Amino acid sequence: MGLLSKKDSKLILDPLADNNPITIQVLGICSALAITAQLKPSIVMAISVVFVLSVGNVVISLMRNIIPSKIRIIVQLIVVATLVIIVDQVLKAFAYSLSKELSVFIGLIITNCIIMGRFEAFALGNGPWKSFLDGIGNAAGYGLILIIVGFFRELLGSGTLFGFKVLGDSVEKTGLYAIGYENNGFMVLPPMALIVVGLIIWVQRSRNKELIED
Amino acid sequence: MGLKQNLHNLREKYKGTKMAPAFNAIHTFLYTPNDTAHGGTHIKAADDLKRTMNTVIMALIPCLIFGMFNAGYQHYLAAGEIEAVSSGFFSSEFWSLQNFSLGFWKILPILIVSYGVGLGVEFLFAVIKGHEVEEGYLVTGMLVPLIVPIDIPLWMLVVAVIFGVVIGKEVFGGTGMNILNPALTIRAFLFFAYPTWMSGDKVWVEGAVERTREIANGSTADAISGETILGSLAQSHGVDYSVMDMFFGFIPGSIGETSTLLILLGGLFLIFTKIGSWRIMLSAVLGALVMGYIFNLVVAAGWITDTSKFYGLMNTEFWHHLLIGGMAFGIVYMATDPVTASQTNKGKWIYGFLIGFISIMIRVFNPAYPEGVMLAILLMNVFAPTIDHYVVQGNVKRRLKRAKLKTA
Repeated sequence: MGLLSKKDSKLILDPLADNNPITIQVLGICSALAITAQLKPSIVMAISVVFVLSVGNVVISLMRNIIPSKIRIIVQLIVVATLVIIVDQVLKAFAYSLSKELSVFIGLIITNCIIMGRFEAFALGNGPWKSFLDGIGNAAGYGLILIIVGFFRELLGSGTLFGFKVLGDSVEKTGLYAIGYENNGFMVLPPMALIVVGLIIWVQRSRNKELIED
Repeated sequence: MGLKQNLHNLREKYKGTKMAPAFNAIHTFLYTPNDTAHGGTHIKAADDLKRTMNTVIMALIPCLIFGMFNAGYQHYLAAGEIEAVSSGFFSSEFWSLQNFSLGFWKILPILIVSYGVGLGVEFLFAVIKGHEVEEGYLVTGMLVPLIVPIDIPLWMLVVAVIFGVVIGKEVFGGTGMNILNPALTIRAFLFFAYPTWMSGDKVWVEGAVERTREIANGSTADAISGETILGSLAQSHGVDYSVMDMFFGFIPGSIGETSTLLILLGGLFLIFTKIGSWRIMLSAVLGALVMGYIFNLVVAAGWITDTSKFYGLMNTEFWHHLLIGGMAFGIVYMATDPVTASQTNKGKWIYGFLIGFISIMIRVFNPAYPEGVMLAILLMNVFAPTIDHYVVQGNVKRRLKRAKLKTA
C-alpha cells in the first residue's frame, strides 16, 4: 500500500473483520435490525453512517484540544445532530420515497452507539487524518454487515434484490415459484434479522477462534 | 453373526475417530452395549433419557394413528363422498381402511422427513462437536408431524426442522440446554415464515389447496375446504360440530391434535409413568378455564355484544376452549417438556397456570394467531428460569428468616 502506511490501513481494515462494530463489539444493533428488510435502505443507511462518522470524527478530532471535557458529550451530540440533519435533508430532497422508508431511523443515527463510541474512544485522542480513516473503517464495517443482512433478508424474504424479481414472479408463478418455492415471511420480520446477525457472528467466530471470549 | 455383533464391530472400528458418535448412537439406540461398567458405584435406574423419550412416544402413537384416520375422514367428508360420523367414537364412517390409507400415505412422508432431517442435523452436530448423539430429537421428531397441517409442503418442513434444531437447540448446546421447545420452535417458524400454509380454511383438509388451484385454472370440480373451529369462531360464524365431535376429535385441525380423548389418555399415561408433570397439566387447564370464564362473564355483563369481533370466541363456553384447537395437545405434550419447563414445584404451578391463561388471551384477542397455546408455551419457556429463580430465592429468604428467629 503506497497510499497508506501499514498502521493507517489497519485503521480501516480492522473494523471490517476482526474488530467489527456489529459482530464483535455488538454496537448499533437496533438500526441493523430495523432497516435491513431490503437491500436498498441498507445501502443508503450504510452510506449515511459512513458520511456522518467520518466527517464527525474529523470535526471532533480538530476540536479535541479546545473542548472542555465536562461538556464533551454535548459537543459531540451537536456535531452528530448537525451531520444527521444534513443527511436527512439531502435524502428528503433527492430520494424522497427512500427517506420515507427509512423514516425515523436516519434521525436515530444520532443515538447509534458506534458513532458516540468512536468519538469518545478515538477522535478525542487522535489527529484528524487518523480519525477520518477510523471513521471510514468503522462505518464501513457496520455497513458491510448491514448489506450482508439486507441481501439475505430481501432475497429470501421477498425474492427480490433492489426490487428486481431475481427468483421469478411470486404471483405469476414463474421461475423458482413455478416448482412450489415460496417466500419466507419470517425473513421480513425483525426477529429474523437478529438471527441472521447471530449466524454471521457464529460463522465469523468459528473461522477465527481468537475472537471467542469466554 | 447377528446385527448386534455387527453394530458392535462397526462401533469398535470407528472408536476414537470423528464419526464415532454416530456409530455409537446407532448401536446404543437399538441394544444395550456389550461393555457395561464393572465395579465401583454406579446408579442403576430404569428411567434414563432414552426410556423417558420412548414413553412419551408411546403416549403419542394413538394420536398419530388417529390423525391418519382423521386425515382421510376429513378429506372424503369435505369431498362429499362419505357421511359424517353417526354412532359415537367407534363409528364405521371414521374407522375405515379408505380413510386410513389416505392418511397413512400422506403422513408417512412427513414423519420420515421430520426424523430424517432432524436426526441428520443432530448426527452432524455430534460429529462436528465430538460429543455423543443425544436422544432429545426422538420426541421432537414425533411431535412435529402431529402439529402441522396435513398439506404442508415437505421442503418447508425440511427448512423448518433445520431451523428449529439448529437455532432452537444446537446453538444452546444441544439436548437439555435448550431454552425453547424445539418442536414448537419448528412450528412457530413455519407459522411466521409460511402463514398461507399454516392458517386459513384450506390447509387442514388433504387436497383442498390443490383443488382451489385447479378451479382457478378452469376445473369444474367442487371446491373443498375445512375451517377449523377456532377459525370459524374468530369470524363469529357458528360451529357445526357437536361437543362430542370435538372431544373425540372428528374435526379439522393439525394432524394429531384433534382428539382430546386420546390426548387425555396419553396425558394420564404420562402422569402414571411419572414422565409428565401433573402440576403443569392441571394448572394449565385451570389457567385456561379461568381466562375462558372471565371472558364469558364479560359477555354476560353485556360489555361485549355480537357486533364486536371478539364476540365469537369470547362467547364460547369456557370449557370448550380445552376441546378445540391445540390447547389439550400443547398442555399435555409441550408444556410438560422437562427441559424447558419450570423445575421447582411451586414454579410449575405458576408456569402452567400462565400458559393456560395466556393461551386463551391470545386466542381471543388476536384472531390472526388462533394457536395461542404455541405462543404462550414459547413465552413461558423463556420465563421458566426466572420463575424458578424467584421461587428458589423466596425459599432461601424464608429459611434464613427462620434461622435468624431461632438464633435470636
